[in-house]
Parts: sequence; structure tokens; C-alpha cells
Amino acid sequence: MPHLATDRIRASTGAPDDTPLVTASHDGRRRVLAAVDVTAFRLGLHPGMAVAQAQSLVPGLVIHAAALDDDAAALRRLAGWCLRYAPLVAPDPPDGVFIDVTGAAHLLGGESAVLHDVLGRLLAQNIGGRTAIADTPGAAHAAARFGSRDAMVIPVGGIATALADFPVAALRLDATPLRRLGIERVGQLTAMPRAPLVRRFGQHIATRLDQALGAVFEPIVPVFPPELIQARLTFIEPLLTAEAFSSVIGRLMRAVCTDLEETGQGARRLDLLFERVDGSVQTLRVGSARPSRDARHLARMFDERLERVDPGLGVEAMRLTVPHIDALAYAQTAVRLRDTDAREVDIAPLIDRLANRLGAARVYRVAPVESDVPERSVRRMPPIGSTDPGSWPANLPRPVRLLDPPQRVEAMALLPDHPPLAFVWRRVRHRVRHADGPERIAGEWWKRDGEMRSVRDYFQVEDEIGRRFWLFRRGDGQDGQTGDMSWYLHGFF
Amino acid sequence: MFSSSHPPANTLVLRDLRDRIARIGRSDTGREPGRSVGLGVPAIDQALPAGGLALGALHEAAGAGPDTEQAAAATLFVAGILARLSGPVLWVVQQADLFAPGLAAVGLHPQRLVFAEAGKNVLPVMEEGLRHTTLASVVGEFSGRLSLIASRRLQLAAEQGGVMAVLLRRSHVFDDPALNEPSSAMTRWRVGVLPSTGGLARARWRLDLTRCRGGETGSWIVEACDATGHLTLDAAFSDGSDQGVHRRAG
Repeated sequence: MPHLATDRIRASTGAPDDTPLVTASHDGRRRVLAAVDVTAFRLGLHPGMAVAQAQSLVPGLVIHAAALDDDAAALRRLAGWCLRYAPLVAPDPPDGVFIDVTGAAHLLGGESAVLHDVLGRLLAQNIGGRTAIADTPGAAHAAARFGSRDAMVIPVGGIATALADFPVAALRLDATPLRRLGIERVGQLTAMPRAPLVRRFGQHIATRLDQALGAVFEPIVPVFPPELIQARLTFIEPLLTAEAFSSVIGRLMRAVCTDLEETGQGARRLDLLFERVDGSVQTLRVGSARPSRDARHLARMFDERLERVDPGLGVEAMRLTVPHIDALAYAQTAVRLRDTDAREVDIAPLIDRLANRLGAARVYRVAPVESDVPERSVRRMPPIGSTDPGSWPANLPRPVRLLDPPQRVEAMALLPDHPPLAFVWRRVRHRVRHADGPERIAGEWWKRDGEMRSVRDYFQVEDEIGRRFWLFRRGDGQDGQTGDMSWYLHGFF
Repeated sequence: MFSSSHPPANTLVLRDLRDRIARIGRSDTGREPGRSVGLGVPAIDQALPAGGLALGALHEAAGAGPDTEQAAAATLFVAGILARLSGPVLWVVQQADLFAPGLAAVGLHPQRLVFAEAGKNVLPVMEEGLRHTTLASVVGEFSGRLSLIASRRLQLAAEQGGVMAVLLRRSHVFDDPALNEPSSAMTRWRVGVLPSTGGLARARWRLDLTRCRGGETGSWIVEACDATGHLTLDAAFSDGSDQGVHRRAG
């Protein structure tokens, strides 16, 4: 966000978009520009330029006093907002934010989708920005500022190639001494022998280069907004075992739930951060379908996922944060006036645990849909929430097992309008003893053109041993356009 | 030996003994012992030690003959029993071929049902569900061999939570011998289809109670569940032959 400071001022003063806007601060005794907006940048102004020079270039320039502390605070707030994307977020002063999206990108539909989501939401707040995803924070920093596109994804292992053409300043270095040697691009720097470089310019350059290329791990110091409900425990001896983690989770969870109770809130999402001895951080995130502050329930959801944590050489601190909370009224042990209502509420913990275990899409309820086509008459819906009390028409026979898609059978029918005398399914011949039908179901032409004229005639039949099947014939028996008269098995009673 | 000339006294003694055995057999953490849901057919309920299907226990049901794979009749049998309980039901499936309108037709309304597609994890997910005492029942569709330990775990979880566990066993093999292997289930049912006598009004089933802890096995011919999940003893079966013909010593 190269223009965060000016975007902020514009938002608070309501200045029109097309007037150049800059902030100024003191560099020693000179007054220099601290930040410029897009319009001013296009007019040739840049941070570090003397105010007098800027005023001569752009007459009538609006200059605001730079409020560096406020800018830093705004950046921290913005970083806190970015917790929506992933548990590990750090401000990258003066104008950037690091988000560790490891393992979180797929939730928003891929890395590129995350970037566009970030850009879109920033733009909605009138903040212009540029984004990038890379294997290392250093490379992402460089690509976001010097990349060719607003949203750049550097593929795994492609850092060296991607960075080669960037100016040296992209590595968070002072480029002036290197420029004297004629080194302008990162690629040139990578090609230099390391030892003389370090001897002449110090370790700093080598470190920055290694951080960008991934040879040296660069931990990001995660930010936590002060209002965030959280708890942290540090250990004298690093922890390694799941049992130890589990007992720590219990303690953290009780502390967090006490805080939640004081504020009348419940957790919708929780992040657990394992701070390892080597400085890296592992995270676990769990979600809850309803706001909850049931410490035991929430702790068990983490316990089940502990196997995904790699403790490395040991974990020296654990932190539990609640980035997403919702109001949750105080629990009331009331007389159950209506039994079903009380049960409705109580089922939420089970749903959470199953959804965390199997995936949210695999735990569902079904509700009736007004559709004549049988396979469309059932709709899946989330297990928690209002269920409409409708039902299917009771007078129509419906099987208990449905074959999806219907399976083709060879059937013998005497007359086009009659149920079959016998049919062959899976090479077994079933003689029809009883039959009921037809129930004519017309295609829903408003859903698909192909169903404009199609018709299915359904029959419930019973074979000689008493098994009941649900068969249908495509077509009405007379008009070839309604179907090709083939028979299908669709279900079992 | 008890002679059959004093049935009331004998019945009382037997019931007392059975109760005692039941109390020894179960871990004493269950909510209220002895709660059960009847099948609604007196002849069958009398044969069951709890007077019906015990709530805090594991029950098995499977299809018979060509219906072993789809187990459609067994599914309706289970759904009919659950229709007469109150409270939510967790139905754990391996793949989704269950058609909710068919369940609603025997009185098990979709509002009460929560489905979980568990793939190969049916048994652990069932166990998870059984810990939640707010559920009325947990049904699991399971194909494959059920180890004694696995069934014991389900039985214990059902006892502790007081939730009825039903294993709906399916198999690609007709009358799979694996379905007859011993398990810790309280009862085991085979539900086979029989040709109807007059039209398609109500299907006829042959109910085989092939295992019953603390009771005797038996076979009955019934008319399938109606719209409220009630079974009826087949008229010809109850009038004509004596039940004793169909009952074997357990």
C-alpha cells in the first residue's frame, strides 16, 4: 500500500481524487515529502523530495503534516483486519502487511483469489494496494512493490528467476553503495561471490538476499490487535508431546472462555499458535457453527487436529486467539417447554466436531424442494439453522434408496402404456407380479432446454420374491420426441 | 424346571432373573436402565427382554437375499422404529444413496435427520455421535466385517450416552456370512421381503430376530411400516400357525 498515508488523509478530509496530496516531515533541517498519492506521483513527486522543489513543480500543492505515529497505528489496525485471511499477520512498516497464508489460501479458492479478494476489499475502503504471494516474506515484499502486476503469485521454487530483474532496493537494502559498483539488479547481486561482498558491505546484504531466496528463515512477528481475546503460555522446557499440548490447550481455553463470558461473546473461529524453538510458528484453526464458549468442546476440536502439528525441536510457547467472535447470550438452564427446541440448540457441538472431522459439506440436513423431478426434490442444507417444515406429498410412492444416475434395464412391456412384464437388471431377470402406475413426470423445461418435451412414466413394481422397484420409461409411449421408450431402474422400496 | 401350568409366577421369576443378569452385564453408568422403544407388535415386543428395543444399546439390522446390498426393507424397518422416537437422529452413511422422501413416507421426517457422509469412518463417527446424549439415535450404514471390539465400543458408547445405536449392515454378497458373525449387539434383525398377497398396498416382510441377548430368537411375518412407522403382524400368520413353530431356542 504505497499510498496508505495519503489514502488515509483523503478518506478523513474528503478531498477530491484528482488533486495531488502529499505529506511532509522534517529530515534534519530540510522539509521533505514523506508520502505522496497517486496523482502527485504521476506529476513527478516522490517521497524524500524537498518540499520547496515539489511546490515549484506543482503549484497549489496541498501539503499535510505527516503523522508517522498515526500511520503506524493505522497499519497495525489494518494488519489486525487481515487476520480474516490467516492466523499469522505482521505489519511491514512503513506501508506493507505480511500475511502467512500457508495452508489457508484454499479456503478462499486459491492463492490468486486471495490476492484479488485483498485488493477488492482494500479498494472498497479507498486504499490502493499491490499484493504478491511467494515462498518467503522477503520475496513477497519485493514482488508486491516491484512486480509487474497488482496481484502476483510467484510459484514454488521460482523466486530466483522472478527476482532477478528487480532493482536491488527490492531486497529491503540501501541500494546506493551497490549502485556505485554498477550493481543495479538482484540477478547481478546473486551472481557475485559472497565472501568479498560481505567483507565490503557487511553481513546485512547477504542476510537480506538469503531471506528473500529462502536460504535463511525469516520469522514474522505476528500482530494481535489489543482488543483481541487471547491467552498465551510460555514454557521453561520446550514441549514435544501431544499430551502436553492437550493439557496446555485446556488451560488456554479456560482462560479464553472466561474472557469471552465476561464480554458476553462466543467464539466462531479460534487460532492456536505453536511458537517453536527455532522461531517458526505453526498454526491450527478451527471453526464453530455457532458462537460457543464451551471450553471442553472447543478444546476437543483442537485435540483432534494435534497430529497435524510438527513440533520440530520443541514448542516454547503457545498462544490461543479468537479472531472471530459473535454475541452469545448467557447460557440459561431453563425449563424445557418444548422438547424439540432445546434439542435443536444442543446439537451444535456435535455438528462442529463432525464438520471439523469430515468437512463441512459432508454433514448436512435435507429439505424438500418443490420439484416434480425426483432427484431435484431434495436439497441439502447446513445442519444448523432454520429448517422449513415442509414435506413431500404423502400420496406419491417414493423409494428409500435412489440410484443416481438411474440404471438402464432391459424391460418387456406388452403395450406402450403398460408396466413391464419382466425386466433384466444386472443380468438377473425379475418377473413383475404387481405394478402400480404410471405416474407421469414431465421435464422441467424452465430448468433445461433438453427437458422441454421429455416425459417419464414411473411404475412401482414388485417381483416374484417380493422386492419392490421403482422403474421409469422415458417417453409417453406415443410421441417419440418425449423420450426413446427405454426403461430405467431408479430406486428401491 | 418350571412347568407351563403356572405361567404368571414363572414369568415374574424369569423377569427378575433377567433384570439381575442385565444389571450385571451392563456397565452401571447408563442413564435409566430398561428404557426401550417397542416395535408396536405385542407378539414381538414380548419376546424381547426389554419389552422392545433397548435405547442405550446397539442393534443390528440387515437385509436378506437379493436385498442384502440395498437393504431397502431393513432401512424402512429402522426408519419406522426411529419415527416413533422423538429427537434428532444422526444418520451416518458411506455413500449418499438414501432418499429422504422414502424415509418421510414411514414417518421419519427430514427435520429430525442429520446426515454425515463418513466414507470409511462410519464407526468412529457413530461413536462420536453416541456421546451426545441429545440425540435420539445414531444410525450407521456399514458394509464389511465388524470386529467384536468395534461392536463392543459402539455398545459401550450407546450404554454410556443412553442413545440407541443402530448398525444397518450392507454387503455386496447375498446373505453374506460376515453378517452372522458374533458381535456385541443387543439384537440382530434380518428383514427379508415376501411377495404381497393383494396388490401393492402394503409390503410384507419376514422379520428374523437372529440374535437377542437375554432373550430368544424368533421369526415373524409382518406387514411393512405404515405412514407412522407402525408394523402389523400379518393376518394369516397370527391367525393360523402357532408362533412357537417359528421360534427357536436362543
